[in-house]
Amino acid sequence: MSAIVHRPLGGKIVTKPFLILGLFLLIAAYFIARRFLFGMGDVSNMSNGYPIGTWVVLDVVIGTAFGCGGFAMALLIYIFNRKVYHPLMRPALLGGVFGYTLAGLAVMIDLGRYWNAFNLLLPWYAQPNSVIFEVALCVMAYITVLWLEFCPAFLERMSPEIRQRFRLDRLQAFLKRYMYVLIALGVLLPTMHQSSLGSVLLILGYKLSPLWNTIWLPLLYLISALTMGYGVVMMEATLVQRTFKTPSEAALFARLARVVAGLLVTYLVLRWGDLLYRGYLGLAFAGDRNGNLFLIETALFLAPIFVLLSRRRASQRWQFLAAISLLAGGSLYRLNSYLMAVQPGNGWTYFPSAPELMITIGVVCLEIMLYLLFIKTLPILHGSTTESHGRPS
Amino acid sequence: MDISRRQFLRGAAGAVATVAAAPVAEASAPFAPREPKPLPPKAIGMLYDSTQCIGCKACVAACKEANGMPVEQPQALNGWNEGTWDTALDISGKTLNVIRVYQNGTMAEKDREKDGYAFVKRHCLHCVDPSCISVCPVSAMQKNPVTGVVTYNPNACIGCRYCVYGCPFNVPHYQFDEPFGRISKCQFCSHRLKDNPLFSNLNQGTTGATAANLMSEASQSGRIPACCDVCPTGASLFGWVEDLQAEARRRLALKPGEMYEFPRGLLGGDRAGQVAPVGHYQPHIYGEKEAGGTQVRYLTGVPHEKLGLPKLPDHSYAAISEGMQHTIYKGMIAPLALFGGLVFLARRSAKNGDEHKNDEDRSS
Repeated sequence: MSAIVHRPLGGKIVTKPFLILGLFLLIAAYFIARRFLFGMGDVSNMSNGYPIGTWVVLDVVIGTAFGCGGFAMALLIYIFNRKVYHPLMRPALLGGVFGYTLAGLAVMIDLGRYWNAFNLLLPWYAQPNSVIFEVALCVMAYITVLWLEFCPAFLERMSPEIRQRFRLDRLQAFLKRYMYVLIALGVLLPTMHQSSLGSVLLILGYKLSPLWNTIWLPLLYLISALTMGYGVVMMEATLVQRTFKTPSEAALFARLARVVAGLLVTYLVLRWGDLLYRGYLGLAFAGDRNGNLFLIETALFLAPIFVLLSRRRASQRWQFLAAISLLAGGSLYRLNSYLMAVQPGNGWTYFPSAPELMITIGVVCLEIMLYLLFIKTLPILHGSTTESHGRPS
Repeated sequence: MDISRRQFLRGAAGAVATVAAAPVAEASAPFAPREPKPLPPKAIGMLYDSTQCIGCKACVAACKEANGMPVEQPQALNGWNEGTWDTALDISGKTLNVIRVYQNGTMAEKDREKDGYAFVKRHCLHCVDPSCISVCPVSAMQKNPVTGVVTYNPNACIGCRYCVYGCPFNVPHYQFDEPFGRISKCQFCSHRLKDNPLFSNLNQGTTGATAANLMSEASQSGRIPACCDVCPTGASLFGWVEDLQAEARRRLALKPGEMYEFPRGLLGGDRAGQVAPVGHYQPHIYGEKEAGGTQVRYLTGVPHEKLGLPKLPDHSYAAISEGMQHTIYKGMIAPLALFGGLVFLARRSAKNGDEHKNDEDRSS
């Protein structure tokens, strides 16, 4: 562990890309204001046939899966004790911090009676049979855990005087000493709520196509969360490496490749095996929209398996492409099961409106802006696995 | 699910299995759905007879008045008749019940599937085992333990809309066009039932439902759900679910075309019935078993699927999803065991990590 030196990247914060992202954020802010002034119908195409729209499905259901990097890496590094991957932990954690925190923000925009949101925490309103109740509490707890896990990065950045004056040294020591409890929670909580995000859909019954509606939804959601977690770490690392010319992690990812491929194979075997067992496999080849969406999902999962099991896994470019493919597959799986494969009948249809999408995009832009700000000012990325790299900071 | 999840946990705790390998085991082991819920002891409900409905929509207007819901009309007609013409197309955030019409071909005959037409009433069916209650995270949806009426508490509701998403009948509707919208759904005119001597002291366990004068008082105008109160033909009939079920059976046993006195308002009340020929019924009482049973019964002349009443299994989807959750989270044993294992492993690896490099080479 002593070999890893986390350091701030430094450099200008307000760059051109940063400003462009900021512009999208402003547009989103305008529509968010409209949503609160005039109601959701003013900006969104959600209806009572499709009451769950892109704010929940893209920002929460898919957004938190993108935030599973911290979860997936912690499982590998601390639970399965694979210390080699340690340099990847902090950036992955940061992705999780923002993925989840901003999912929380999106929920507050989406809640129709947001001023009552506190009721979730009042025991006399609790409804333990509700899957959403479990998801809500679990995600709130996990956001807290993520920020606590991330605290050391702030504390390291502070000058020793400030740390001493506010007795933050003791907090730092405390966090270091009991970090294993936070790490355990950081694996337990996503296991619970990511699987529950799948269980939520069981209530849909006939509304959700049998290609997606199975009692294995929770397990499929859990595996897809893990694969997407690893995928996002691969993608982020490549982007950061190319953009900021930091040392390459390609060798580490080549080792990770087999784990990811194994998970993807498990997912596909379970998915197809279950369809075969229930006798619905024919629907996959029906040639209709649902069938084709299912086949596209499968193709997006199959492609990375082949890449990650071949010699190409050593190449950063192929790793990146495999990560993109599996992230697209996982996202499509979640989009389909929550929206596209849901048919409430009665002639209802749904396609998000432009303002609705702008809010979703704005939240993602905020996420990227904060990520850039944090890696430039806080010790997140590591200098080198062996020694510091003499990078200007 | 239970078994495989535990095995997965055990595998993790032992740190021997890879994450990938364990969960596929026991792919065929299902979990038990939650026990179905029984009909509440004094369940009240409604019988809607599509063959008796004349589509006058008096029930829609009366419902709006009784529940203080606004008129709904397309924007183009906003100025027409001073905006008083209610033309709701379906139930919505502003409309709790509605009459819809099935049309086919020439529409020559009522209650005929081909070249015919038929009416159907849309509102909450007050499920015996409601999905909306099961999904609600803040107990905003409640089922009265005695009468079984499914009510909504806006002070609890956070507006997550999973009740809308999960209802098999697409009944609860959120007011998307309001900045402070709420969920709208039929609550069986609970506020009117409060004044009804037949139901006001139900919670104390007394019934006394047999006395004739009580029934006469109970069936007075303004004391039963507005839609059944104003229905001129008895197509919407209010009463105890068990009595309504018996009435539905009776009608199915009658000969089509035969004259029959259809009760109006409250079943067993003292209002005069409507004498009319018996309809050509589909041999199915919709709502008796659908989704674990409901407290509304439908008798129709055309197949119920044609009227927007979906074909549903005999169990509630809530029994499946709750069965799943109760299996995984039974007594919180599995999550706590997993947590214990994770703490142990994380602590071990935190300790080891500082001193020497681990068995990382085994992984590749």
